[in-house]
Amino acid sequence: MSTAVDVKILTIDGVDVSARQDQTVLDVARENNIFIPTLCHLEGLTEVGACRLCLVEIKGSQKLFPACVLKVEEGMEVITKSDRLLHYRRTILELLFAERNHVCPVCVANGSCELQSMAQSQGLTHVRLPYRNPKLPVDLSHERFAADHNRCILCSRCVRVCAEIEGAHVWDITGRGIDCRVITDLDDPWGSSTCTRCGKCVQVCPTGALFDKSKVGVPHPKYPEFLPYLNLMRDGQ
Amino acid sequence: MRALTELDPAAVVDQIAKSGLRGRGGGGYPTGLKWGTVAKATGSPKYVICNGDEGDPGAFMDRSVLESDPQRVIEGMAIAAYAVGASKGYMYVRAEYPLAVSRLTTSLREARRSGFLGNNICGTPFNFDIEIRLGAGAFVCGEETALIASIEGKRGTPRPRPPYPAVSGLWNCPTLINNVETFANVAPILRNGPEWFASMGTERSKGTKVFALTGKITNTGLVEIPMGMSLREIIFSIGGGVPDGHKFKAVQTGGPSGGCLPEEHLDLNISYDALIGAGSMMGSGGMIVMDDTSCMVNVARFFVEFCMTESCGKCIPCRAGTAQMYELLTKICNGEATHQDLDLLVDLCDVIKNTSLCGLGQTAPNPVLSTLRYFRDEYIEHIENHRCPAGVCACSANNAKPPEPAAELVEVQA
Repeated sequence: MSTAVDVKILTIDGVDVSARQDQTVLDVARENNIFIPTLCHLEGLTEVGACRLCLVEIKGSQKLFPACVLKVEEGMEVITKSDRLLHYRRTILELLFAERNHVCPVCVANGSCELQSMAQSQGLTHVRLPYRNPKLPVDLSHERFAADHNRCILCSRCVRVCAEIEGAHVWDITGRGIDCRVITDLDDPWGSSTCTRCGKCVQVCPTGALFDKSKVGVPHPKYPEFLPYLNLMRDGQ
Repeated sequence: MRALTELDPAAVVDQIAKSGLRGRGGGGYPTGLKWGTVAKATGSPKYVICNGDEGDPGAFMDRSVLESDPQRVIEGMAIAAYAVGASKGYMYVRAEYPLAVSRLTTSLREARRSGFLGNNICGTPFNFDIEIRLGAGAFVCGEETALIASIEGKRGTPRPRPPYPAVSGLWNCPTLINNVETFANVAPILRNGPEWFASMGTERSKGTKVFALTGKITNTGLVEIPMGMSLREIIFSIGGGVPDGHKFKAVQTGGPSGGCLPEEHLDLNISYDALIGAGSMMGSGGMIVMDDTSCMVNVARFFVEFCMTESCGKCIPCRAGTAQMYELLTKICNGEATHQDLDLLVDLCDVIKNTSLCGLGQTAPNPVLSTLRYFRDEYIEHIENHRCPAGVCACSANNAKPPEPAAELVEVQA
């Protein structure tokens, strides 16, 4: 009879690490201070595996796997850094920068933007693709917050935090493909939507797409770290 | 149906596995293996889903089955449900097939009345019923995880696999998803025995497959052929060749996920593996024939545009990448591209293929990659001489774009 083993041993970038069997490769890597880039992942929210930046190689497979949803396995050999992966990550970032209007100097999130710091950490120096420069709306109808769709990367963190943590499900995504856009309620103005004004979506937004109107012109750091704490407190009840 | 009372569920799975039937929806996953996985999966209830969200341009195999013989699909689903231990089934049909939906509804009602669906089917303890769900016109909902999300009433976007639907599918329960054509093959296999089915086809692709022949061909329509038949036989013997004295140029198989195969591959014997080896795929069975009046760059652009507009927008490579591919292909078509643009296109194809979340994105570059592999000279002609060899693209057909090559176009068309 086999005994139930709930600890797995695997290697990440050649380092032996141990993990509980329900952990993902991303969790284990972060525990061991191995950096894997992510944009859609946020501790405390469900995973969607959409940004594709956390793709890693597994020895023995040609396929790439998103570390945020990849469960650990005994003896797994994970490679998080390779020329191929770096190239893919840079190209994905290029696609993001070219998709909408990411103009850092005039952005409220300049200096505290996850997209910006991701590009720096991945050594992205220029974008080879033509900028699409779409004309997108800015929603200023809310009394405290604003949504600038030009800076949205559709990571869906706002959608998830609103549905899963706040329980309001005000945010959702409309449209298809390149025409996707986050909306409040049934594409109503944010100000007249059923928004509870909790501001969680603003705190989890990785870019300057959702921001606090009072922070325009001053540094606008975001604090998404409250989520795991909130979940812990709720689980404790 | 009657045979079911004499076989236990494991024996049914075994029969299907022995027949060598592979999924007819495109992937070619061994059906017996899939059934076995769902049958062994723990968790209940289990579900059976029939994927009738046929969305490939120019493909209508599933439609013909659903409209002409819906009972056969229902029977296949019921057998599958018996084999895997499910009691609830969903028939996911696209709303664009109203006739199929109405005939299915009638057949379901008749099947219930005759005791082939519902409780205690044919006097056995086995219960199973089927509900119809209509698609809302999204191609990506043919992807199994997106289809499941759609049935659950959510936005039809795929999610990363694993976990596979066989383990955690509809409402996180073990779910068996097969295509219409796969289910249609089930009852004849049980009636005639797996050996009968396995006697047709090639070593690794058994049985027959329906193809929808369209495009520049004399006889368009559906053809059912045994696996292993050559493309030449299908196109020239059955299809009657290319009409109006034009020359055959390429055949596109596998829909937007597939590729274009040139003349030198006409003797290819059709099977899942042979088509993939040649840079295309079986897909659900669309087959579009092109003659010398088709521009292959323009064809690739058409399919990339399709994938771009049908992308769900969840993952970045597919959402933004297909749009960039489309822009680059348009640039090439217009005769405004450079060799750097072509290199960039090839690079994008590689990134999108390897990093996309679901099958739609992973296969979206295939039409470009296969046309680049076999018709690279046409791309080069557009780039270097700003000229469309087939006289289709705007770069030569419009006098507005580079004026000089326009004179050459007259020659080409004459």
